[in-house]
Amino acid sequence: MMETLPLLPPDPVQWAWGVVLFWLALGFTALLLQGSPRLLSRLVFPLGALGALAIAGVGAAGLTLPISSIVLPIGLPDLPFHLRLDALSGFFMLLLGGAAFGITVYASGYFRSMAAGPLALLALWYHLFLAGMVMVLLADDAYAFMVAWEVMALSSYFLVTTDHKIPEIRSAGFLYLLIAHVGAVSLLLTFGVLQGGHGDYTFDTMRLAEMTPFWASVVYLLALFGFGAKAGLVPMHVWLPEAHPAAPSPVSALMSGVMLKTAIYGLLRVTFDLLNIQIGWWGTLALALGLITALYGVIFAAVQSDMKRLLAWSSIENIGVIIAAFGLTLIFYTDGKGALAALTLTALLYHALNHAFFKGLLFVGTGSVLHATGVRHMGHLGGLMRFMPWTAWLTLIGALAIAGLPPLNGFVSEWLLLQAFLLTPGLTQPYLNTVIPVAAATVALAAALAAYVMVKFFGVVFLGQPRDPALHEAHEAGWAERLGMLWLAAGCVLLGLFPAQVIDWLTPVVRLLVNQTLVNDGNWLMLAPVSAERASYAPLIFLVVVVGVLLLTFLWVRRVYHGRVRRSDPWDCGYPEQDARMQDSAEGFGQPIRQIFEVFMKVERETPDPFDRNPRYRGASLDKLWFILYEPIARVTDWLSQQAGRLQHGRIQWYLIYSFATLIFLLIFTTR
Amino acid sequence: MSTGILLQLAQTLLAILLAPLLMGWVNQCRAWLQGRSAPPITQPYRTLRKLFHKDAVIAHNASPLFRFAPYMIFACMALAAGIVPTLANDLPFSPAADVIALVGIFALARVFLALAAMDIGSSFGTLGARREMLVSFLAEPALLMVFFTASLISHSTELPIIVQTLAHREFAIYPSLAFAAVAFWMISVAENARIPVDNPTTHLELTMIHEAMILEYSARHLALIEWAVALKLFTYSALGIALFLPWGIAAQGDIAALPLALVAMVAKLAIGGAALSFLEAISAKVRLFRAPEFLGTAFLLAVLGMLIHFLLEV
Repeated sequence: MMETLPLLPPDPVQWAWGVVLFWLALGFTALLLQGSPRLLSRLVFPLGALGALAIAGVGAAGLTLPISSIVLPIGLPDLPFHLRLDALSGFFMLLLGGAAFGITVYASGYFRSMAAGPLALLALWYHLFLAGMVMVLLADDAYAFMVAWEVMALSSYFLVTTDHKIPEIRSAGFLYLLIAHVGAVSLLLTFGVLQGGHGDYTFDTMRLAEMTPFWASVVYLLALFGFGAKAGLVPMHVWLPEAHPAAPSPVSALMSGVMLKTAIYGLLRVTFDLLNIQIGWWGTLALALGLITALYGVIFAAVQSDMKRLLAWSSIENIGVIIAAFGLTLIFYTDGKGALAALTLTALLYHALNHAFFKGLLFVGTGSVLHATGVRHMGHLGGLMRFMPWTAWLTLIGALAIAGLPPLNGFVSEWLLLQAFLLTPGLTQPYLNTVIPVAAATVALAAALAAYVMVKFFGVVFLGQPRDPALHEAHEAGWAERLGMLWLAAGCVLLGLFPAQVIDWLTPVVRLLVNQTLVNDGNWLMLAPVSAERASYAPLIFLVVVVGVLLLTFLWVRRVYHGRVRRSDPWDCGYPEQDARMQDSAEGFGQPIRQIFEVFMKVERETPDPFDRNPRYRGASLDKLWFILYEPIARVTDWLSQQAGRLQHGRIQWYLIYSFATLIFLLIFTTR
Repeated sequence: MSTGILLQLAQTLLAILLAPLLMGWVNQCRAWLQGRSAPPITQPYRTLRKLFHKDAVIAHNASPLFRFAPYMIFACMALAAGIVPTLANDLPFSPAADVIALVGIFALARVFLALAAMDIGSSFGTLGARREMLVSFLAEPALLMVFFTASLISHSTELPIIVQTLAHREFAIYPSLAFAAVAFWMISVAENARIPVDNPTTHLELTMIHEAMILEYSARHLALIEWAVALKLFTYSALGIALFLPWGIAAQGDIAALPLALVAMVAKLAIGGAALSFLEAISAKVRLFRAPEFLGTAFLLAVLGMLIHFLLEV
């Protein structure tokens, strides 16, 4: 058939597989180019970025075209890889490609000063990572899924430990690897239960399997735990604030912006596609966990003083919001409120897409700061807007977007989610009527705190006086970096200004998962998810009015009055002696939040002696969960391994006795 | 439609022009209550005029953000004033932004003000920005919850529709709205930097919040910010009227009712302004770390209002 129609374009899934092969080839070619670092950063990464763009195109095609699938004759004998591209995979590929393009373009500039050997390895892991993530989205059997999932986890582990000579980075990498594998084991069990003893691990058979509510709940809980560990759901969030600061900035951007979303993809895939039944309390559980995660994340983000750690905590917050939207979708779906489920699911997908862009942008922004100054601690930064205006203004767009301010993209998804709360009266479960207002209040509180966090982040890093004289030497990011940031910032703006179009794209995904679509009652300018009577929002008009009033005011002031400016020293209530140390430090700016939410934190503080000539203040607010949950687990594990260690004497006789005893035991056991 | 657009423009302009007058009235009432001789009611206009004529003095290290922020804040407040129905309920612009977007506009203006305050890097600027964000992170969700209660009753987040439903419903007592009203008053006090959360006349390091942020501003930039502050007070008052005392606002297409609506609005604003200054006069400024408690109470009341709606009124 194919021979008769040689001009027929291949299916989108074949294109996607082609890009995966291209990335793999690119990664291994990079190893051969160790001698020429210029070629690595100027050729390999831009080509990888083109691959990302192609993946975004394939994803967009997958949203509209019918489902396509192929079987690849690789893998174990009798276990070929099944790949399939439907609207859900297509959407997440669009997300991946869109964000990864900007990040990879940025990376081509960012890594230019790295030594050739490590850079070649990094390029290999980087492209393997991208390929692994695409394969996770394409996999249509549990075997391929787990292989891709592991490729993704391992390559990102090697990326996190790029600077493996630093002990903290090694231990951060270890923590990441550990939690990734605890999650992976849980996913393995998920698929094990899902296949139900048939021995057939394709998703197609899983879709057809009839499950009892009990076993379906087991699958759901295992999946929530496994994917939650990857996404950073509290209490499995501890690896994010360690691994994100450790990784090079483009890698952090990719991990936070894209990789966390593969976990969301998996959760949606298992819950709405592979499982045949959904139960109401699943939604309540996810909603509660999501809200706790959102609030916990944003509170800790407010007290961080390392800029990348702050962003990592903010990612936890955003994942919490997404999981809360997921819980709401489940609640509405199981309650028979299809239209509402479509609304919350749209908000969920929209927020995932937004987060990929603004978090990617913020992480690469910190990368430029790190490149220019070599400092991650916000206490040594400040005033960078004057030395690196491009980075500052583009990062400002990301910060405003993540703070949920109109007319940028973060506001749209938040708006959609909040609308869902307003439509809830009339749920059949009476207890939900008390849960919903509290949930709405929590989401609103987390969103308001996000603005606090972003004012702190942007204000302390880019505004004010430089806290270190060396900062005067800070240089602006290169053109490739600027181009990457520009792409991501443009994504934030456009996704915010044209919500009606974006929701149009999301329609096939929503229909696939909840059998219902969200009808936009407005036009291309105006978003009105339920009806124009109920709620509407037109960001473009909003922007035009703000800019119009701004220009009118400006012209009026200039025309009627004047534009004269005199420069002088800052007034500051007349205090003559002012230096950079009199500004708020990062700890200082977070102090009110620390004081209010101290119950969640273990605060360590060192205050200087009042007569100290060179006073140093150190404060750290540590995650209490680490001490409550993880340290006991670590102690128990240590104790258990010590007990197991007693069996080991290093003497061959004892080991022979062990083998002998085992043999006898097995013989008795099997012959009975 | 064209009358609608004219009305929209007229209302927005009226709000912009009348806002300093409301500020003057509040200041006058407060002076009387404190036994001082009051400045004339037009004093804010004179101050604005004086400021616009002066040369702007800007710190050496100010970035463009510092000079951009006052225009941005003014534009945001003008937009907010344009969304809230003051005279007529016929606002062709209002579908562009509902109450949630209104909260977003206030947040946008606030974030720009806080960032501009941090731009110079003076000790007071960052202090003010931090305190402002502290106050707002509780006030903003509380305001949202107040709007949610009203939206749940009227099944809409569009302000004209909320006003129409609330003004023309059969007389019924909504306990949820009573909670919302108390919460809204507390939020307005905090968001407009009034006693007991902030004191608009102080320059005392220990207490100031809003004033600390705008210390470095002068001349036309300061004038725009002061004007935006007056506009914010006006918008909040108009919001309170629209949500809790909506009677008298002209219905859609009812041009004959406009003069009456104007009289009703002026009367309500005059009473509201007097009440604000009275409540300010009898209360004391709270310590900064009591402010979260004050706002936490407002937040709790707002959530309670919404909860009561869910439990009793559905």
